[in-house]
Amino acid sequence: METLQKIAVPTLAILAFLGLWEFIVWVNDWPNYKMASPSDLPPAFARYSNLFIEMGWQTLWRTVAGLGLAVLFGTLLGMAMGFSRIARDALYPLLVGFNAIPKATLVPVIALIFIGQHDFNTVLMAFLISFFPIAVSVGIGLSTLEPEYRDILRSLGASRVTIFRKIALPKTLPEFFGALKVSVTLAFIGTNLVEIVSPHGRGLGALFKSGETNGDYPLMFAVLIALAVLGIVLYYAVVALERIFAGWAERPQS
Amino acid sequence: MSNLIEIKGVTHAYRTKAGPLPVLDNLNVSVPEGEFCAVVGPSGCGKSTLTRLVAGLMKPDQGEVWLHGERVTSPRKTVGMAFQNPVLLEWRTILDNVILPLEIVAPRMPQRDREARAMHLLEMVGLKGFEGKRPSELSGGMRQRASLCRSIVHKPDVLIMDEPFGALDAFTREDLWQTMRDLRAAEPFTCVLITHDLRESVFLGDQVIVLSGRPARTQHVLRVDLPADRTIDSLYTPEAAEMLHLLRDQIRIAQGRDGEVH
Repeated sequence: METLQKIAVPTLAILAFLGLWEFIVWVNDWPNYKMASPSDLPPAFARYSNLFIEMGWQTLWRTVAGLGLAVLFGTLLGMAMGFSRIARDALYPLLVGFNAIPKATLVPVIALIFIGQHDFNTVLMAFLISFFPIAVSVGIGLSTLEPEYRDILRSLGASRVTIFRKIALPKTLPEFFGALKVSVTLAFIGTNLVEIVSPHGRGLGALFKSGETNGDYPLMFAVLIALAVLGIVLYYAVVALERIFAGWAERPQS
Repeated sequence: MSNLIEIKGVTHAYRTKAGPLPVLDNLNVSVPEGEFCAVVGPSGCGKSTLTRLVAGLMKPDQGEVWLHGERVTSPRKTVGMAFQNPVLLEWRTILDNVILPLEIVAPRMPQRDREARAMHLLEMVGLKGFEGKRPSELSGGMRQRASLCRSIVHKPDVLIMDEPFGALDAFTREDLWQTMRDLRAAEPFTCVLITHDLRESVFLGDQVIVLSGRPARTQHVLRVDLPADRTIDSLYTPEAAEMLHLLRDQIRIAQGRDGEVH
């Protein structure tokens, strides 16, 4: 009964949303070059199914690669800020300033530095846009570790590495995954930004762009739906990892 | 040297923005092997500093701390610690929390032996059946019991406790005093207990040291001449009442309120 409700409620909500969308387009009698309706989408997917798979894969791997770099770099940066006051004081204003720059403005800059390196540029942007939340949350997680936690191991003569591995690292995991949920969406935005803006791009962003160029509105809407599906998949992949590695932080529901 | 813990002429000051803040002033404490030493004193008099010194977590400006005839200059594996906050690791089960010190102190000990040792202690403090639970599923008193098990699982020579029962309600606290007494009967260890509770100091202590206000000196040392198998009722005997009264007077002096009407 409970599992049925868990599946049925969201499914009904999605169907209701699609029905409402179809209804609004039908009532207003909009042509599909003004606003595509859900019934236009399956033909668009069917016509370009090969492209969707190829471009979807492009977008997916570049997002995951950028996010992987962000996790690596963000965690290292967060560790530096969490353990050293000097590093924190030095890096924080730089990080905040960098994060404040709208990343769309970096696309032409990157495109000029690395001309023609489309894969590299896309991964780089996904990384640049998504490492900030990870660095900040790991840094805060480590610097707010209560001294007693450290003392119970330090009083036994444990090394700094042991204390990090046994206590600081696992204790920071819930914050880390909270940030990763934000970062995965950001990395996705970064990937698409480059795919749409840069000429001769690839990926779903480029497919969207070609739909626009050719006046194929159903294709553009189909890309939006594909992006949403990909975004949901990525998000829940992070949620699944969180369950595995930081499931202990979830309080049993009463 | 027959004393397990010997604190000789320890003076310490914290460096603050407003200049040095002296917390300990020529402090002398001796605890013979197997004895339970309760330390009481006014708030903020440097009691917690004392625990960190004995644990080797910091070095005093002047004076010496000796454990087992060896001068303490850094942390050593033969010490156990318990705090007011049980600081259990939320991602580990109760059993794995208790095992933690063994992973550091005895890395070669087989896991089966570690678990047997931890289970033995958990059983003694009445936590049998809870070893698989997470700390968040236990009450405050049960968490503190688990924390006690963790602090003695590696059979330390010295157990250092910094107000371990301070956050518990009065009845749970009395339960834990008795658990502590039973643990000590089963596994002898030397103990330094920092507390604000005079009844606690008399129930558990072999000697009670009263520290003066900051900077702390040894103001008074009281021998507790109650039998080892004390019960809560022992606290309601005339001897206990007399000792509690004396300690209360000493605290008043330590607070610098000797002349006040009381």
